[in-house]
Amino acid sequence: MSDRRLAIGPDAIDLAELVRVVSAKDPGSHGAIVTFVGTVRGENKGRRVTRLEYEAYEPLALRAFSIISDEVSEHWPSARVAFHHRTGSLAVGDTSVAIAAASPHRAEAFSACRYVIERLKQVAPVWKHEFFEGGEAWIEGATADPHDASAREEAYRRSCV
Amino acid sequence: MRVTIRLFGRLQDLAGASVLEREIEAPATAAGVWQALAAEHPAIAPYAQSVSVAVNADFARMTARLEEGDEVAFLPPVSGG
Repeated sequence: MSDRRLAIGPDAIDLAELVRVVSAKDPGSHGAIVTFVGTVRGENKGRRVTRLEYEAYEPLALRAFSIISDEVSEHWPSARVAFHHRTGSLAVGDTSVAIAAASPHRAEAFSACRYVIERLKQVAPVWKHEFFEGGEAWIEGATADPHDASAREEAYRRSCV
Repeated sequence: MRVTIRLFGRLQDLAGASVLEREIEAPATAAGVWQALAAEHPAIAPYAQSVSVAVNADFARMTARLEEGDEVAFLPPVSGG
């Protein structure tokens, strides 16, 4: 896609690109850029994780990303966000997701960044297939429903601590 | 009419396929496709309460009406991030 603000796929994530994307438009207007990098943890529920395979329904994931980005604009009109999620087989320590949020002041940038990761975990059609010492398991979290107002409210509440 | 069914995550392991083509009676809903699939693959039936659905790569309801050639996707609870 031409707009590199929102992306999902097998390519390694370039955090610097995300920062460039959020700061490119009217650079002087942003006084804060907050970034989040999610990485593959080597331990989960007492299991020693050896790798994660991320599967996604990519066209629907882009739709979800666009919904999340629109929600950010509603909550924090001055914030601009960019985020990428990776798919495929990732080793412990690899980056699976990265977010950049820019805004005139730091509070909105922190909140917008946190909101994106909370909503992404709620609604993005992405699944972790965990491989650990002694077995493998699909990880299942939230039932994805962008129209669930209580989930959206919970994400907003967590973002405004 | 013909629809394409896509399954993700553990659902594809349980059903043994990630993409299925099925001939269904019109009028049909996503719920009807799910019920037929669960009858064919009872292992997926426990997901009835937690699954979400997309039609033609957009979020939808189980009550969504399907058209000839539609792609209906069933999504187990997600775990991105």
